[in-house]
Amino acid sequence: MSAARGPGNALLELQGLAKHFGGVAATDGVSLAVRAGEILALIGPNGAGKTTLVAQISGLLRPDDGLIRFEGADITRAAVHMRVRLGLARAFQITSIFRGFTVLENLALAVQARSGTSLSFWRPAASEAALQDEARHYARLAGLAGSETRIAGALAHGEQRQLEVGLALATRPKLVLLDEPMAGLGPEESARMIELIESLRTQTTVLLVEHDMDAVFRLADRIAVLVRGRIIADDVPAAIRAHTEVIRAYLGEEAAS
Amino acid sequence: METQPTAARSGAAFAPRAGVALALWSLLALSLLPHALDALGQGFYIGFASRVLVYALAASSLNLVIGNAGMLSFGHAAFLGTGAYCAALLWTGGTTSAWILWPAAMCVAALAALVIGAISLRTRGVYFIMITLAFAQMLYYVVVSLKVWGGDDGINLGARPRLGLAPGFALDLADEFNWYYLCLGILALALWLSGRLAASRFGRVIAAQRENEIRAEAIGFPVYRYKLILFVIAGAAAGLAGALLAAQNGFVSPKLMHWTQSGSLMVMVILGGVGHRYAGVLGAGLLLGLEEILSAYTLHWAFWVGLTLLGVVLFAPRGIAGLFSREAAGR
Repeated sequence: MSAARGPGNALLELQGLAKHFGGVAATDGVSLAVRAGEILALIGPNGAGKTTLVAQISGLLRPDDGLIRFEGADITRAAVHMRVRLGLARAFQITSIFRGFTVLENLALAVQARSGTSLSFWRPAASEAALQDEARHYARLAGLAGSETRIAGALAHGEQRQLEVGLALATRPKLVLLDEPMAGLGPEESARMIELIESLRTQTTVLLVEHDMDAVFRLADRIAVLVRGRIIADDVPAAIRAHTEVIRAYLGEEAAS
Repeated sequence: METQPTAARSGAAFAPRAGVALALWSLLALSLLPHALDALGQGFYIGFASRVLVYALAASSLNLVIGNAGMLSFGHAAFLGTGAYCAALLWTGGTTSAWILWPAAMCVAALAALVIGAISLRTRGVYFIMITLAFAQMLYYVVVSLKVWGGDDGINLGARPRLGLAPGFALDLADEFNWYYLCLGILALALWLSGRLAASRFGRVIAAQRENEIRAEAIGFPVYRYKLILFVIAGAAAGLAGALLAAQNGFVSPKLMHWTQSGSLMVMVILGGVGHRYAGVLGAGLLLGLEEILSAYTLHWAFWVGLTLLGVVLFAPRGIAGLFSREAAGR
């Protein structure tokens, strides 16, 4: 496996991660390394265990067995907010934003979470220029310039997806976990999202969980394939395209033979 | 054009509302109220008005928990009662200064909120409702069964505490005018502080976790800690209301902690308009006012109060505050 190339520069490292639900192994010993600066795509057919794996990496689920390391430190049991503080943020598959807040208020919250204390009871947050400026910066980055004062719940689906990613970015992550950012997007919205993720290449490390193969092959430096809770392949896109096991998993037996 | 309503909504969420003028006019009207009552020969109602103000403080503190934070606590009377009993016990021990009684009541109520909150806030939804109710009832039964604290009969205080304002000068709290203005001042201060709190960084985290708790965690907030701090602040404010109630009535009884007390505080918040800044004030005024008026005409006043509540819930789901302002509630 190419992950063995150098755990030294692995930003995020999964070792033998296992999670069972009753008799079903949703994650069956997953080992994977995400290297600093790359875009690693995680693909797999429905029911492969992607959602369970993502939940374990972000801390919403505890693995039954195995280790999660971030920058070398064991974070297997760290709380969700601790992981974010360390620089591991995520965007959700099902849009999870503060719907009643404006775009700017959404992003300012994420900025506030990592800058200064939030145990401030007196000064209106809206009067903090630094907070507002930085939130505006992330609105631009997420392609939402001009929509700052709009209520998040009233945005179009595609814009909500952009805000979803923007919220993760505003935490200034070292690694951002994007869980199906293209979900439900039309062609134009998809193109905008691909552009957004492309622009992250120089700024942060991306673990991209995605169904949209066009997007995956356009963006990924490396692709890992999850099938029935196991990583069956982990290689550069060209090699994955030709990988018989992957083709079999996606297209069935005949296509592979 | 969509910009108009969005700007209004965003203002409703955080920015200090344009209601400052309205608030000041209301304050002025409330300041004149005792003189008006007196002039009309209804001086008796000044005491009633003070009671409404104290309950408004208690209900407003619950509104912080239910409205701002979205946590449906059904045990808020625990803190009201804790504050009242703390003040009463210190009083019977010989402490007469309000400067000691009331802060002490706040501290002890805050401590109770810390313990109860630390456990209850690990649960959500209907479990949170049940566990806060259970804690309050536990306290109720403890107090009922403690004969040294008067048991069922409660504790008689006889007089109001001493509020020294300068060496050799104390405000005479037995005077109903003074007492009314003191309660009004405390309520106004508490509402002003809670307005500041709602717009602060802390207030934003509280509103954010109400909107979407998982997302608040996922941008790096230890949500549990913030909720607990808010719960403690609300507990302290309820404790102060309890101590004021003890002084107002010259009497404390376990009834202050009974679940029906938690229930009426909750009804006040709902009547007023959950989450609206003045829900506690409007709700306390309406509920206690209805009780006062209806009980003069019928023994079955509770029936009519219930009917009113039903009407408000069905036809004005945002409470009476929602009837008057389009931008009601920070939600």
